[in-house]
Amino acid sequence: MHGDGLQRYTPQLVGAAAVFAFVAFWEAAAAYKLADPIFISSPSRIASVAAEMWEDPDFWRDIKVSATEFIWGYLAAIAVGIPLGLAVGWYKQLQYALGPFIDVLNAVPRVTFMPILVLWFGIGIWSKFAVVFLGAVIPIILSTYSGVRTNEARFLRVAKSFSASQMKTFTSIILPGTAPYIFTGLKYASGRALLGVVVGELYAATAGVGHMIAQAGNAFETDRVFFGVLLFTFTGLVVTTILAHMEKRFDRWRPEGAVR
Amino acid sequence: MSSRSITDIYQHNERAVIGAGAFAAFLVLWEGFSRGWWAMLFEPLLGESARALAIKPIFISSPTGVAQQAWTMFAVTGEIWPHIAQSGAQLIVGLGAAILIGVPLGLAAGRYRTFSYILDPFLSALNATPQVAFLPLFVMWIGTGFWMRVLIIFLLAVIPITMNALAAVRTVDPRLLKVASSFGASELHTFRTVIAPSALPFILSGMRLAVGRSMIGIIVAELYGSATGIGIMINMAGDSDKVFVGVLVIVIAGLLMSEALRAIERRYDGWRPVIGDNT
Amino acid sequence: MTPKLVAKDVCLEYRQPRTGDRLLALDRINLSVDEGEFVSIVGPSGCGKTTFLSVVDGLLPATSGEIIVDGMSVNKPGPDRAVVFQDASLLPWRTVLTNVCYGLECIGVRASEAQDRAMKFVKMVGLEGFENSYPYELSGGMQQRVNLARALVMDPKVLLMDEPFAALDAQTREYMQEELLRIWEQANKTVLFITHQIDEAIFLSDRVIVFSARPGRVREHVKVDIERPRSLNLKRDPRFHTLEDRIWSLIHDDAFV
Repeated sequence: MHGDGLQRYTPQLVGAAAVFAFVAFWEAAAAYKLADPIFISSPSRIASVAAEMWEDPDFWRDIKVSATEFIWGYLAAIAVGIPLGLAVGWYKQLQYALGPFIDVLNAVPRVTFMPILVLWFGIGIWSKFAVVFLGAVIPIILSTYSGVRTNEARFLRVAKSFSASQMKTFTSIILPGTAPYIFTGLKYASGRALLGVVVGELYAATAGVGHMIAQAGNAFETDRVFFGVLLFTFTGLVVTTILAHMEKRFDRWRPEGAVR
Repeated sequence: MSSRSITDIYQHNERAVIGAGAFAAFLVLWEGFSRGWWAMLFEPLLGESARALAIKPIFISSPTGVAQQAWTMFAVTGEIWPHIAQSGAQLIVGLGAAILIGVPLGLAAGRYRTFSYILDPFLSALNATPQVAFLPLFVMWIGTGFWMRVLIIFLLAVIPITMNALAAVRTVDPRLLKVASSFGASELHTFRTVIAPSALPFILSGMRLAVGRSMIGIIVAELYGSATGIGIMINMAGDSDKVFVGVLVIVIAGLLMSEALRAIERRYDGWRPVIGDNT
Repeated sequence: MTPKLVAKDVCLEYRQPRTGDRLLALDRINLSVDEGEFVSIVGPSGCGKTTFLSVVDGLLPATSGEIIVDGMSVNKPGPDRAVVFQDASLLPWRTVLTNVCYGLECIGVRASEAQDRAMKFVKMVGLEGFENSYPYELSGGMQQRVNLARALVMDPKVLLMDEPFAALDAQTREYMQEELLRIWEQANKTVLFITHQIDEAIFLSDRVIVFSARPGRVREHVKVDIERPRSLNLKRDPRFHTLEDRIWSLIHDDAFV
């Protein structure tokens, strides 16, 4: 292991230094006109645009729209995906019947359906909700399914030897064993959900952060574009960190350093 | 010789039978909606409201419609080929660049600790961002031409490739590295003979991920405005049949590439003990 | 006195799914175990010892014949029998205590009562202080003790053990044999024990049943007429060696003919 004191934080320190260097270089490049700030913006300009938009009610409306699309789509995907994944994993016939459809949906980038979804649901919030849902539900179904199938036969044998009922076997053996897989699926799905928001709003929308980015791009308001992208980066990092923390709570029983 | 009854044969092929059955049922259901079969069937039962079961083909197309359109586009007018060529070219250039840059980058980061500390924050940030959000930026920089789309494909692909190459190096058995150094192997030699072969399967699965992401890039970039390409075809098609044909092409292309990569993986994977199903 | 456990003309036939051929695994097994007896089954590899235990526990259905526990015929797993498998198979997401409670939960015992009962057996197997540890924190021997406690807490009429020490290193194994006898004397259970190791069988049992090679048949019963309590030094006793030779020759004839 690393030494004591500051040495323990070497990765973070070097990383922070690298980011700092990058930001400084960027600022300098804009200040000394190495490239036209209209194309590359600069950290300071992004910061001032951020301050500006903080006061702008339209900005908050955009945030609310994107957040609604993301949260509701993601939650719906969880509510549908986990039970469906469990069912498909548990009932062989269901897996045979639905398997091909799920595999095909997995092979298609869900954003392919964007035009059809807009055709059906219009350019309002519902088409975005649909593409977020579609994007997130498939990885959740697949990893939940994977978790159920991977349940070790020896644990199922324990349940059988104690005459556990089907329900008891399910809740005491299958579910806890599937939990790590479900979390992996949730993490992957959150990225897909966020992607759905962006694609949906770039393609056809009247509000939202992605829509804001598209409009700013058309008007060559580079600072806003960068700000918008950073907002998505920030959201992505926050969501994965939250999920990682929740996962740790469920992970107490695993030996240290188990790779998943 | 044991005799096999019908039930035996069914059980042996249960998966195929049910799968095929479900798929056939789906096609029939789909066709029925577009032709109003179900509307007609349920009219005596539901009266006027049965009309809702007839959905205009413009909204949902139909299996026969898609098949017909596919035949037309592929064999009769040949209008789909330029689209495929466009998208294919973008994919090859973008993916190629991603491999050429991502693999060495990832290998280096995996091997040299400090380099990985420097690279890590940028990789994590890029990975957490839906990379398509950069599209308006790219359009601003280089317009909506061929190269803009290559760029987004590159961005989407280079991240999983780099991250997997990095992880691949980390999982090389340290004992093997000890063997190499005990024989006085040079850095380059170690890379060639120990690290690269061990890392290959991991890198290949990174490429599979990258292929999937690239497909997204093609679609999104082209939805955003271009003259040719499968994505734009999907978009411009007022005719939903064409949309579905486009979707079908994407699916098949994606599956083919995936399978090809898996085949390569299997060939170089012979020495690994099988641990469950690696999907 | 009616025996606690009786196997009557038990036969098991396998049907190979691919070729459809029929394989006879167990051929008319007849044996009985009296209350409080410790009986071991030994035999050449593949003779069907584990298969037989699975049938007794009800995990595998016999093709013909009966298993009778306390006068009642059984063909499914039940609270009257408990198995200790070679693989401890402790649920990794549960603590030692909640693992021991598992069987009780399955038959509907309330959590608080289950935990009280479980704690008694955690102490009995010598793991007091570890009740809140997770399986990954325990050694192989310790995991098997939890496995044993989990079976004992069910208060089964018959305790079935399938090569429980096979996965342990030699020293731990010897230690566990002594521990098992100590626990057995305290718990006062009827035990049917499967093992490959002849010395283990003799050391632990009142009687050793020798199975023949496949298809498994009862070849002979060997009584172990050595007084209890027994200590590991016994393995150097000449009586012990005589029994070992006898059983070894029985198996040897079968396995290497």
